[in-house]
Amino acid sequence: MANVLVVAEHLDGALRKVTRSVITFARDAAELTGGDVDVLLLGSDVDAVAEELAQYGVSRVLYANDSAYANYLAENYAPAIAAAAEETDAAIVCAPASTTGKDLLPRVAASLEAGMVSDAISVSDDDGLKFRRPLWAGNVITTVEVVTPVKVVSVRTTDFDAAEPSGDATPVESFDPGVAPSETAEFVSFDQVKSERPELTDAEVVVAGGRGLRSGENFEMIMDLADTLGGAVGASRAAVDSGYAPNDWQIGQTGKVVAPQLYFAVAISGAIQHLAGMKGSQNIVAINTDPDAPIFQVSDYGLVADAFEAVPELTEKLQKLVD
Amino acid sequence: MKILTTVKRVTDPDMKVKIKPDQSGVVTEGVEYKMNSFDEYGVEEAIAIKEEHGGEVVAVSIGPSQSTKELRTAMAMGADRAILVETDADLDSDAVARVLTEIVQREEPDVILMGKQSVDSDRSQAAQLLASYLDWPQATFAYDVEVADGWATVGREVDGGTSTKRIRLPGIITADLRLNEPRYASLPGIMKAKRKPLETLTPDDLGVDIAPRVNVLKFEAPEEREAGEILEDVDELVDRLKNEANVI
Ligand SMILES: Cc1cc2nc3c(=O)[nH]c(=O)nc-3n(C[C@H](O)[C@H](O)[C@H](O)COP(=O)(O)OP(=O)(O)OC[C@H]3O[C@@H](n4cnc5c(N)ncnc54)[C@H](O)[C@@H]3O)c2cc1C
Ligand SMILES: Nc1ncnc2c1ncn2[C@@H]1O[C@H](COP(=O)(O)O)[C@@H](O)[C@H]1O
Repeated sequence: MANVLVVAEHLDGALRKVTRSVITFARDAAELTGGDVDVLLLGSDVDAVAEELAQYGVSRVLYANDSAYANYLAENYAPAIAAAAEETDAAIVCAPASTTGKDLLPRVAASLEAGMVSDAISVSDDDGLKFRRPLWAGNVITTVEVVTPVKVVSVRTTDFDAAEPSGDATPVESFDPGVAPSETAEFVSFDQVKSERPELTDAEVVVAGGRGLRSGENFEMIMDLADTLGGAVGASRAAVDSGYAPNDWQIGQTGKVVAPQLYFAVAISGAIQHLAGMKGSQNIVAINTDPDAPIFQVSDYGLVADAFEAVPELTEKLQKLVD
Repeated sequence: MKILTTVKRVTDPDMKVKIKPDQSGVVTEGVEYKMNSFDEYGVEEAIAIKEEHGGEVVAVSIGPSQSTKELRTAMAMGADRAILVETDADLDSDAVARVLTEIVQREEPDVILMGKQSVDSDRSQAAQLLASYLDWPQATFAYDVEVADGWATVGREVDGGTSTKRIRLPGIITADLRLNEPRYASLPGIMKAKRKPLETLTPDDLGVDIAPRVNVLKFEAPEEREAGEILEDVDELVDRLKNEANVI
C-alpha cells in the first residue's frame, strides 16, 4: 500500500487544470512512497476527460461512467472514492482544495479512517511523510504528519505546476464502485457564472478591485484592464459584500487562492485575509490613494493614485503596447 | 425542531499571530479571542430557523473553560442552552467530529448548523467528517437555507458559480459569509444568557479518545515579501512591467 490516488475534477466536459497540479503533487508523493500514481474519474459520459487523463503517464486511470455521477454530490462521490482507494491500494488520496475537494475529501477520510491534511503546499520524507500547510490566513505555516495508514490530502494547487502530457497513453479501465445512490441528498442545480475570461485560479494575469471602487459600474474599468491583458477579474470581500462583484470573484482566506504572474490590487487596502489569497503572485501591482495602505507592504510596484484616473490611463497605454 | 449549532473559540482574526521562538505553537499571551466568524453566521441561521419553525437551539463548544464566553454570546444572541466539552488539548477536526458524534447521539437534533471553516486552523473538515460519521447528508458553504417538510434546500457557494442542493433532515449545513447578518447580542439578551443552562462535560464523560490523527510538528512564519517601490506615474509602471518584470 504505497500508491497515490488522484481524484480528477472536471467542468463542462473538460478536465480542470487544478487536477494537473494535483498530479504533480501526486508524483512528488509517489516518489517518496515508492508507489504509483493512479487517477479516478467520476462522471457521466465524460470520455474526453478520461482520454485526456490517460496522457499524463499515470499507472491506472479508473473511469466510473454512471449517470449517478452526472452531478457532483459528496454523498455519492465519497463512497465511490473510498472503494477506488481500496481497489488501487492507495496510501494517499488527493484532490484539489477547490470547493468540491473541500466538501468531499473529509467524507472520504472518515470512510477510510484516515487523517486529512487541508491545503498541502509540500510533501517530503523526513523520518516519515511530512506535509506543510498554511493556516491563520496564511500567517503561519505548519509541518504536520498523519498517523493513520491512509492519508487524505487536499492540495493547494497554486503551489504545484500543472503536469504536462508525457507521451504514452495509459489504458482507461472502467470502474464500478458498486455504491447505491444516496436517498437523502439531491442535486438541484448548478448556476455557472459564464465568462469569456480565463478561470481565476488558472489566469496568468488577475486584476482585482476593492471597496474603493464604490460601485459595480466602476468595476467596468477593472474588466477593461483585465481584458487588455487577457486576464481574469477578482475582488476583495468588501467589494463582494457591497454587491460590486459576484462572490465567485472573491480572493482571500475565505475565497480563492491565486498566484498569477501579474496581480493588480486596485483600491484594495490589503487586509491579511485578502493577502492570504494573492501574496504568492509573482508580480504585484497596487494602486491606492492611501500611501499607508498595507497592500504597499507586499507589492512590487505601487502607484499612489486615484484608480479612476490611473486605471483607464494604464489600460490605454498597455493596449497600445499589446496591439 | 431541535437545532444544534457549534461555536469555536478562536484568536481574533484582526490580530496578527506571533509564533513562539521554539516553533511549538503561537504566542497566546495578550491575545484576544472571539467566536469563530463563520460560527456567528451558523448561530444566526439556527436562531432564524427556530424563529420560523419553533423548537430549541443548543450551542456546543469543545475547548478550554474560557469557551463559556463564546457560548454565553451564542445564548445572548438567542440559543436556549449550551454544552461545553472541556479540554485544553489541541484537537484536530477529526477529534472534534468524534466528540460531536457523541453529543448528537445524546441530543438527537434535526439539523446542525456549523461554520464552513475555523479561521485559526483553516481546515474546513469538522462538519463533513461529522456528517460522514453520522451517515447524514451535508450542505456546505451555504448562502441560503430553506427548511420545509423535513428537507432543507440549500444554496451553496462553489467554484464557478452557485449550486443548489436538497438534503433530507437530519442533516448538516455549514455557513458561508453571505448567509445572513449575525445579530448583535442585546443587553437584555446578555442578561438572560447568564441564567440559561450551560452543561459542562469532558471527552472522557463521552467516552471519546481525542488523540489526533494529524500531529502538528512545527509552526513557522511564511516567507515575507519585501515591499517594492512606489513609482512616479503610469508611464513608469508600464515601463517597469515591460522592461523589468517582463510580463507584458
Ligand atoms: C474571517 C474573515 C475572513 C475574511 N476573508 C476575506 C477574504 O477571503 N478576502 C478578502 O478580500 N477579505 C476578507 N476578509 C475581509 C478583510 O478583513 C477586509 O475587510 C477586506 O479585504 C477589505 O476589502 P477592501 O480592501 O476592498 O476594502 P477597504 O479595506 O475598505 O479598502 C478600500 C481601499 O480603497 C482605497 N481607495 C479608496 N478610493 C480609492 C480610489 N479612488 N483610488 C484608489 N484607491 C482608493 C482606500 O485607500 C482603501 O485602501 C475577511 C474578514 C474576516 C473577519
Ligand atoms: N473546538 C470546536 N468547538 C466547536 N465547534 C468546532 C470546533 N472546531 C470546529 N468546530 C466547528 O466546525 C467548523 C469547521 O471547523 P474546522 O474543521 O476546524 O475548519 C467550525 O466552523 C465550527 O463550527
